[in-house]
Amino acid sequence: MRLLVYLPLLIPLLAALAARPLAARLEPRDATWLLTVAAVVLAGCSTVALALLAASAAARVPALASMGDYSQSVVHRADPTPAVTGAVAALVLTGAAVAVTVAFRHRARALAESYRRAARLHDDGTVVVVRGTAVEAYALPGWPGRIVVSGRLLEALDEPGRAALLAHERAHLAGRHHLFTTVAHLAAAANPVLLPLARTVDYTVERWADEHAAQVTGDRRLVAVTIGRVAMMATPARWPAATLGMVRAGSHRVSVAWAGPVPRRVAALLGPPPRSRVLLVAAAVLIVMLTGACAVQAARDLHALLELARAGH
Amino acid sequence: MRDAAPRHPPAEPAAPAESLRRPAGALEAEVMAVLRAADAPLSPGQVRERLAARPRGGELSYSTVVTIVSRLHAKGLLARARAGRGFAYTPVDPASLAAGQMSRALDAGVDHGAVLTRFVSGLSGRDARLLRRLLAGGEGPGQDRG
Repeated sequence: MRLLVYLPLLIPLLAALAARPLAARLEPRDATWLLTVAAVVLAGCSTVALALLAASAAARVPALASMGDYSQSVVHRADPTPAVTGAVAALVLTGAAVAVTVAFRHRARALAESYRRAARLHDDGTVVVVRGTAVEAYALPGWPGRIVVSGRLLEALDEPGRAALLAHERAHLAGRHHLFTTVAHLAAAANPVLLPLARTVDYTVERWADEHAAQVTGDRRLVAVTIGRVAMMATPARWPAATLGMVRAGSHRVSVAWAGPVPRRVAALLGPPPRSRVLLVAAAVLIVMLTGACAVQAARDLHALLELARAGH
Repeated sequence: MRDAAPRHPPAEPAAPAESLRRPAGALEAEVMAVLRAADAPLSPGQVRERLAARPRGGELSYSTVVTIVSRLHAKGLLARARAGRGFAYTPVDPASLAAGQMSRALDAGVDHGAVLTRFVSGLSGRDARLLRRLLAGGEGPGQDRG
């Protein structure tokens, strides 16, 4: 125990800070897997750490100690965890359990609803064109999954643009990207510090689908321009789509580090294709594994302590 | 049109009780069929007449027909317009029906951000300016595409 148990609570902070820079450097598929797995492992570790803190404090409550046949004094002497810390940990743990339950039900219901809607759309194909004035395109997970596109958007795009759009949405369905985002957001429900990771997974699945579309169409710039054009169309009138591509900017270096997801996706597509960075992924995996090891070691320590306290009774 | 004029009762008229015992879905489907075959909006009374004239249709009470068309209207399958003291009903066309279903899919109150993966999210004014600068930056061959 001692300090080891606090490490799994600190690493998620580091991960939250690293998520966005990592997503900008890694190949989107690698980034999605890495961030999703990291979110799950780190959420698990921080939950274990909280449980250990709560348990070691609980072992000092006289009534519980006599029930478990522990020597209170041994626990007192060997474990420096203040009772207040234990109580706070128990409280946070309860909150996390409630949050995960709520988030799980919420997501499960949304997913079930999506499957129902997808099944009810009686068109035979994957692509469902809807009427209306909205500029809308999305992947609806289901069996089979559907791609919903508004007629207005299809009309506004030319043939290569449509191909790029559909390739992007097909990648979402084929890669089951909604599962990654769901799992990452459930992890973030267990530990809200991990929310930046979950949001970054929302972004990396878009990048994943963008790169897939670029591969299918064989034209990165086409995908970038299509995204830009659709985004302009979908954004109310202040930025007429007609001006897109006609403005000549003075500066060629445009920083998108703090921009929203759409400019970052476009900038990434205008740049060279992403390379896989084995070392960076390996380093991140190592940190996550070390965190796991810390949690396991802390659990062992508590177990040993309680054994000692039982013997000392 | 086959159902346009009332015919003589069919050879083996189904008893009203029997018609009512048919599942609600079957009755709704028959009412929909009658309305689709009509070339103008129909009142519940006209629907009832035409139902009775169908080869295997039975006599339904006026209130049953009103209940069915109201239910179909509530489901968004029928549009209605005031006609005299009541309403006249007409089927909603399938394409706008799909659109209606989809917009309801978006507004149904569940978190659709949780499952729907949108092609683009909204742009802030700053993002829009950035985007224009990005896309104006190079004059590659794909400039005017998309």
